[in-house]
Amino acid sequence: MSTEPTPDTAAHPALDRQDIAHLARLARLAVTDEELDRFAGQLGAVLDAVAQVQRADVADVAPTTHAVPLTNVLRADVTTPCLPRDVVLAGAPAAEDGRFRVPRILGEEA
Amino acid sequence: MSDLTALSVVELQQALSAGETTSVEVTRAHLDRIAAEDGALGAYLHVEGEAALRRAGEIDAAGTAGTGLAGMPVALKDVFVTEGVPTTSGSRILEGWRPPYDATVARKLKDAGTVLLGKTNMDEFAMGSSTENSAYRPTRNPWDHDRIPGGSSGGSSTAVAGRLAPVALGTDTGGSIRQPAALTGLVGHKPTYGSVSRYGLIAFSSSLDQAGPMARTVLDAALVHEAIGGHDPRDSTSIDAPVPTVVEAARRGAGGDLAGLRVGVVRELGGDGAREGYDAGVLERVAEAVALLEGAGAEVREVSCPSFGLALPAYYLIAPSEASSNLARFEGMRFGIRVGDDGSRDIDEVMALTREQGFGPEVKRRIILGTYALSAGYYDAYYGQAQKVRTLITRDFHAAFDDVDVLVSPTSPTVAWPIGARVDDPLAMYAADLCTLPASLAGVPAISVPCGLSEGLPVGLQVMAPALSDDRCYRVAAAVEAALGAPLTDRLAERAA
Repeated sequence: MSTEPTPDTAAHPALDRQDIAHLARLARLAVTDEELDRFAGQLGAVLDAVAQVQRADVADVAPTTHAVPLTNVLRADVTTPCLPRDVVLAGAPAAEDGRFRVPRILGEEA
Repeated sequence: MSDLTALSVVELQQALSAGETTSVEVTRAHLDRIAAEDGALGAYLHVEGEAALRRAGEIDAAGTAGTGLAGMPVALKDVFVTEGVPTTSGSRILEGWRPPYDATVARKLKDAGTVLLGKTNMDEFAMGSSTENSAYRPTRNPWDHDRIPGGSSGGSSTAVAGRLAPVALGTDTGGSIRQPAALTGLVGHKPTYGSVSRYGLIAFSSSLDQAGPMARTVLDAALVHEAIGGHDPRDSTSIDAPVPTVVEAARRGAGGDLAGLRVGVVRELGGDGAREGYDAGVLERVAEAVALLEGAGAEVREVSCPSFGLALPAYYLIAPSEASSNLARFEGMRFGIRVGDDGSRDIDEVMALTREQGFGPEVKRRIILGTYALSAGYYDAYYGQAQKVRTLITRDFHAAFDDVDVLVSPTSPTVAWPIGARVDDPLAMYAADLCTLPASLAGVPAISVPCGLSEGLPVGLQVMAPALSDDRCYRVAAAVEAALGAPLTDRLAERAA
């Protein structure tokens, strides 16, 4: 055993069931107990592997967000035809009065 | 005519324009083969059937069949939205959805007069390397039905290799065109990022996704590439540059003369000290292909790209991060399925239930991983660090292309593996992308061309080139194809006969 912790074990905590449940909640993803057990193991292993990026010496390296160096691509400020409303609503799980119908968005106390 | 499904795109063009056959006959031959074979292969999620025959009849009536791609049947990966034609991206969450518009590439192929045969199977939202992550069914490899066809464009690879389509489109985020092409004996090209429109391509990882052709010959792939390429104002990352002259390059390469071309063999992808995880048979076939390039006059040297070893961890942070953001749009409100909306639940609960039932395990894993990598406190250590590694990989390409014209490597470290062998081990599945990820992260073009068999299964050579020099990929691929003689898939047809 080295006395220095290796970067990929030092820099991140393992993902436990509770962490997975929290992340799933943030992502609006209901997960079953069985999935929590399975994902905790699998994602822990994946996280260990991807943490290798922390070994790279990138002190003076700028991040690449995109392979193509394009910025602020704008179109002319003119209206163009868009899809007809009924055509779009035809693909919706629920529509009413020419609009998307959605479940309650505010709590009882609001 | 004899078996129309055995002909290449070029041969079909000639037969159509000579009046030896019609688009209806060609389309019917493929639909008949789909009806006979696809129950076992699982290449298609939706087949157009009568609609395809009607469309073919219109092309025949117009008298344009054989002009360009007019009258040519094509298959599209189910990740492209197609007006009025079911589109699922391999996911239950879009089951039954008929998009109200066409992806730009689907529109371009339609305008060229092609006939849509159907939509091909894929790993859900293109996340996977085997097509086993399809929410509907696995696709089988026509070379061995007990093996995977690669992924995520595995429906397209099986459709074309199995002669259920003359040509197909796939998409490639980390190798999803090249790897299935390699594993089924096809030519598959990932164009320069930004050179083919992403409009209407259901987004997985927007800074990496790119559409491209999958075909049985290099020239077939080039013909389709030129038909779909070009600037699109509807894609803000689209490059405003002419489409590389890939058809001319494919014809030139087929002449077999590569005199003066400088070829770099990437040490880190199967070279000295980096052979762990590679099949010996794959490395042998690739070495033979490199020898063929040398025989054609190319100058071959070994090139080191030290950062390529970090492509896999960087990719599996960047792609899930972008996916976790992109897939937020599937919330069951505007399209697709909705679950649990019985009046008792609020919108957050309905979204969570819809996503729980609509997404499969790999999609959930990547959403959770991406959410983690982007979260406050971890962003710099994971996503930010991965983006910097992406810069290092791009620098390695720039340095290499100062010395050589193209880089080569195996496309896949292994041949097609048995169905089920890696489904419970995400890391083993991810390792399939080892060789294809660097070009994805740098946005440079890369092609996979068949270079023989190992254990009776296809092996692909990957050829990478600088951005917007896609023509070099086609030229080198065509030289390999010419040196090897007939298309590899001919051997599959002989086996079946």
